[in-house]
Amino acid sequence: MSIKAKNVNYVYAEGTAYEIHALKDINLEIPDGQFVGLIGHTGSGKSTLVQHLNGLVKATSGRIYFNGRDIYGENFSMKELRSKVGLVFQYPEHQLFETDVLTDVCFGPKNLGFSKEEAQKKAKEALRMVGMGEEYDSRSPFELSGGQKRRVAIAGVLAMNPDVLILDEPTAGLDPKGRDEILDQIERLQKERGITVVLVSHSMEDVARYVDRIIVMNHGEVRFDGTPKEVFRHYEELEEIGLAAPQMTYVMQMLKKKGADVDTDATTVEEAAVTIENWLKGR
Amino acid sequence: MIRAEKLTFDYERLDEEGRVESKKRAVDHVDLKIASGEFIAILGHNGSGKSTLAKHINAILTPTEGTLWVDGMDTKDEEKLWNIRQDAGMVFQNPDNQIIGTVVEEDVGFGPENLGVPTDEIWERVEESLKAVGMLKYRHHSPNRLSGGQKQRVAIAGVMAMHPKCIVLDEPTAMLDPNGRKSVIQTAQKLNREEGITILLITHYMEEVVEADHVLVMDDGKVVMQGTPREIFSQVEELKRLRLDVPQATLLAWELKKKGLPLQDGILSMEELVDELCLLKQKM
Repeated sequence: MSIKAKNVNYVYAEGTAYEIHALKDINLEIPDGQFVGLIGHTGSGKSTLVQHLNGLVKATSGRIYFNGRDIYGENFSMKELRSKVGLVFQYPEHQLFETDVLTDVCFGPKNLGFSKEEAQKKAKEALRMVGMGEEYDSRSPFELSGGQKRRVAIAGVLAMNPDVLILDEPTAGLDPKGRDEILDQIERLQKERGITVVLVSHSMEDVARYVDRIIVMNHGEVRFDGTPKEVFRHYEELEEIGLAAPQMTYVMQMLKKKGADVDTDATTVEEAAVTIENWLKGR
Repeated sequence: MIRAEKLTFDYERLDEEGRVESKKRAVDHVDLKIASGEFIAILGHNGSGKSTLAKHINAILTPTEGTLWVDGMDTKDEEKLWNIRQDAGMVFQNPDNQIIGTVVEEDVGFGPENLGVPTDEIWERVEESLKAVGMLKYRHHSPNRLSGGQKQRVAIAGVMAMHPKCIVLDEPTAMLDPNGRKSVIQTAQKLNREEGITILLITHYMEEVVEADHVLVMDDGKVVMQGTPREIFSQVEELKRLRLDVPQATLLAWELKKKGLPLQDGILSMEELVDELCLLKQKM
């Protein structure tokens, strides 16, 4: 069970003066249950890539396989794919439109043909998963705080029971606590329910903290693909392509340049604290 | 440059007949004094009143109670409205709501054109503004074809082209990649330093605040903390209680301190932290 892209190319406005080769020969496989971070500067092809994964955009050439089946094949149901691969766009709260929270979250499962009762059951489950208590079910989505609205919007996708959850910058504009709450909840879904998560992010610190694997996009190509530690070792090359490493990587590198005999692999504050404590105490 | 006295703002909720059904106080008796040329950062969780306060500075909102003066002008004085809006420019979080031109350079020229700036000078301003945000090579592009981050930089150029005395940036970097973020903050710092423009920066990125002259922290419509970045960020626990954070270098120093290492409070930058750690190592 996985999502697999094989030789995927995508060209915008082919044959016009505005032609842009947005994806160039992408080959990758995302196995079940993995927490993947997708990073790249604005315009690097991240969003185009994730829109391919749930069939929203069709590749100019190449194939995408979902659980071994070609999604461009004749008998493949795109509707089913979109219920299995949930995509949460940037600022998803702008897409809330119902009069109360519960009805809004019911929209997805109802569209998939579930009865009102079943849809409500799924919606309630999804809302609890993102930490929205029963007291919010009948509230208007527009009365909620920014972080709460975003959680309701994510619940709207979760209510369709996706196997894969793709989130395009889910924490943009949230306060630090709201950011931690959303990411902690996503991590819990991945760990406890085995959902595959693809997190598109501009925050190297968030990516370092949560994901198992990082895919780095640049000019429509996969530039690096590995664990956070492997990828952030290339911090100088990442800077060249408009990205950066987490700040902890820089702290460790600076220490090393000053002659400290430390391992520079730490990418989170917790890891750096342990490395530095051991170094100071000569362990 | 900006002075507020007991500035208070209530959002009113109207029923079907247009009567006030309920009120929500978003800004609550805020006193403020910002001198010309200062770089001020405003922190606070979602819903703490930062944006409502910011919208008062170019008179998009006017106080329910209290008074706000921009360059000596009362924002309630309707005759001064256009002077206030030229003096205090604003950049919002979402660039899609503020771009109107069909070509990047036209969009940036819209402000100065409206002010009656001579054509030659408009082009000069357009060029310098686009250059400052690193978007000069896109001047002939359509804004529709830009990514979110690029659009935001065009929006910032549009305000810069008005040559305001003060720019209020309401989470301008929330959607940008690391390089975009850096270039926007550096541009704001440069305008502040070299042109003496007063900057008010609202952000959730603590690292962007480190070089501000002064930091205000809002909660529940009130200013609950103020001071230099060092004073503010030495209160890690209080900030966390307010749903905020500290820069990563500060957090690392704090974690190390909890482990019993003698580091001082309020370390702000990675450089500072690394120097401290090397000194400590020599002593151990």
